[in-house]
Amino acid sequence: MSIVFYIVAALAVGGALAAVLLKNTVHCALALTIAFAGIALLFLQLDAQFAGFAQILVYIGAVAILVVFAILLTRGSETPKDGVYGRKWPLGLVIAAAVFSDLAWAVLQSARVLPHEAISAPTVTVLQIGNALIGRYVLPLEIIALLLTAALIGAVIVAMHEKEAGK
Amino acid sequence: MIDKPIVDQLDQVFILLERWIVSFLPAGWQAVASVVLNVVAIIAVFPALFAIAVLLERKGLGRMQNRLGPNRVGPFGLFQPIADGLKSLTKEDIVPISADPVVHFLAPVFLVVVVFMGYAVLPMGRNMTLVKMDAGLLFYFAMGASTELSVFMAGWSSRNKYSLLGAMRAVAQMISYEVPLLMSSVAVVMITGSLSLEKIVAAQNQYSYGLPHWYIFTPWGFAGFALFAVAATAETNRSPFDLPEGESELVAGYFTEYSGFKFAEFFLGEYVGMLSISGLGATLFLGGWSAPLAILGWVPSWIWFFGKVMLSICVFIWLRGTLPRLRQDQLMNFAWKFVLPLTLLNLMVAAMWRFLGEGWERWVICSAVLLIAYVAMGRIGMRHGHIGTRKYRYAE
Amino acid sequence: MTPLMSYLLVAALLFAIGLAGALTRRNAILVLIGIELMLNAANLNLIAFWRYGPHPESLTGMMFAIFSIAVAAAEAAVGLGLVISIHRHARTTDLDAINRMKG
Repeated sequence: MSIVFYIVAALAVGGALAAVLLKNTVHCALALTIAFAGIALLFLQLDAQFAGFAQILVYIGAVAILVVFAILLTRGSETPKDGVYGRKWPLGLVIAAAVFSDLAWAVLQSARVLPHEAISAPTVTVLQIGNALIGRYVLPLEIIALLLTAALIGAVIVAMHEKEAGK
Repeated sequence: MIDKPIVDQLDQVFILLERWIVSFLPAGWQAVASVVLNVVAIIAVFPALFAIAVLLERKGLGRMQNRLGPNRVGPFGLFQPIADGLKSLTKEDIVPISADPVVHFLAPVFLVVVVFMGYAVLPMGRNMTLVKMDAGLLFYFAMGASTELSVFMAGWSSRNKYSLLGAMRAVAQMISYEVPLLMSSVAVVMITGSLSLEKIVAAQNQYSYGLPHWYIFTPWGFAGFALFAVAATAETNRSPFDLPEGESELVAGYFTEYSGFKFAEFFLGEYVGMLSISGLGATLFLGGWSAPLAILGWVPSWIWFFGKVMLSICVFIWLRGTLPRLRQDQLMNFAWKFVLPLTLLNLMVAAMWRFLGEGWERWVICSAVLLIAYVAMGRIGMRHGHIGTRKYRYAE
Repeated sequence: MTPLMSYLLVAALLFAIGLAGALTRRNAILVLIGIELMLNAANLNLIAFWRYGPHPESLTGMMFAIFSIAVAAAEAAVGLGLVISIHRHARTTDLDAINRMKG
């Protein structure tokens, strides 16, 4: 594997670790942005340009800002007095370690069934993606449209100020 | 008549220059050297244009406000950018003691990096794109979306009420106007059939009766360009949408606590962003590097591109000198209740244009639909009939 | 170690880190950050299998990942709206303190 892959993977994993371990919540959100950028670069390495740019546009351009706004609106930047980790944090760590070891064992064991030879990079044009969206995947497209509308209206209603009774 | 090969050579002069310089290097290094040379050229040219734009702004605004601009440094104040640059480089760099040092340092750096990435896909002349991408427009908007995060980082890390307020206003404004910006570009993508900026310019580079097929000369293109211009002005925080950084409002908004070189970086980032989005507007609607009349095709293509960009900068400066500032709620109202519905309607009008076929009917129908929608929404929809005591809502 | 295996291991690592974050942190928003990391890890898995799978020209993996990105964005929006709403009521986002339905 090339050196570029190792650097980008280190960026993504480092950002994720920082996002989970840091004490200051806003620093966690910014480290999450670095993790997203690392994952977008990994997508670009896998010749999935549309997915990579969509990842940057949606995650860094929208989700990260959403997280940051939520931290600001909930006074998350003040350090809590009881520490930043929950009461039962060793149990959470053990569970995560167990999940990782399980997944890694599954991946390493299946080395003989995974393809070995390098497949040539597929050239995916946006035209093909557009045709696929309107052709074969039109039903998921319409359902996603409904889902996003419902999420939009729902998020606004959930977070809206409630009018006091009698006003 | 002018000798054709010389005209073509002038048109491609930068490409030929680059190939000549790269040919001195051994074969293994040539690809890397060519890319590095292109990047260095962009990093050299656009800050130079930034200096010209800053000077133009100060002199132009001065004249519009019935005063001379800077005129001490050099003849007619032409060396003012050099004086400004020296000043920013030598000023003391003050970081507030309660500020977050890492984020405070990284915010302007992130802004400058992300803004310069957008230039990679702009076609600045015939064959003069840094990276020819199939999804070039998507890449540009992805980079544009990342600038909002740097604004927030700047405002939050200063630990200053006014900076934070300015940053939140700026981010809210940039997010709100991002949707109309994308939507007005989607109409262009729909008609061209490709996200690649080179193909969009190639589709506009055709002439009928000597007049070009620029998208601005179609009804949906004209409305799209107007909406794109409004959204671009708001995205770059320029007047009349500059509430987050207005001097009379919030000191300097999110870059209050920045001094010296970091302030210069923010300033550079803002103006280079303005140049970048003018370049995108020129590519999408004004035909990119194509000439306005078929007979003017002998002028090199890059002159047309940079001419259109500087013209857009002049329009930005003109808007700044003329229009008053919009209040935050007026700004947001405008975005969500006027600009966004009009961009969606523009999308439908562009579709109608495509499917009505050639002829005069499509001009009449499309223009009529857009005019009626504009009048209906602008005059009737944006009327605020309620005049009375103002109700205040306090933040919790 | 084939290229596919390295991508899968990176995705598994990201998933485990996200899971650890979602399970150990006190602030509700950091739990959501953990969930977003898990979704990203799953997307990475999808794209890796699409690239090294038998039929990359049928675009199945890429489509799946794109829809997953859209769904994750919608879920983040609603989740953060919920967190803001809870903060407005309970004045805290500490998950150890909001573990009852009473109040």
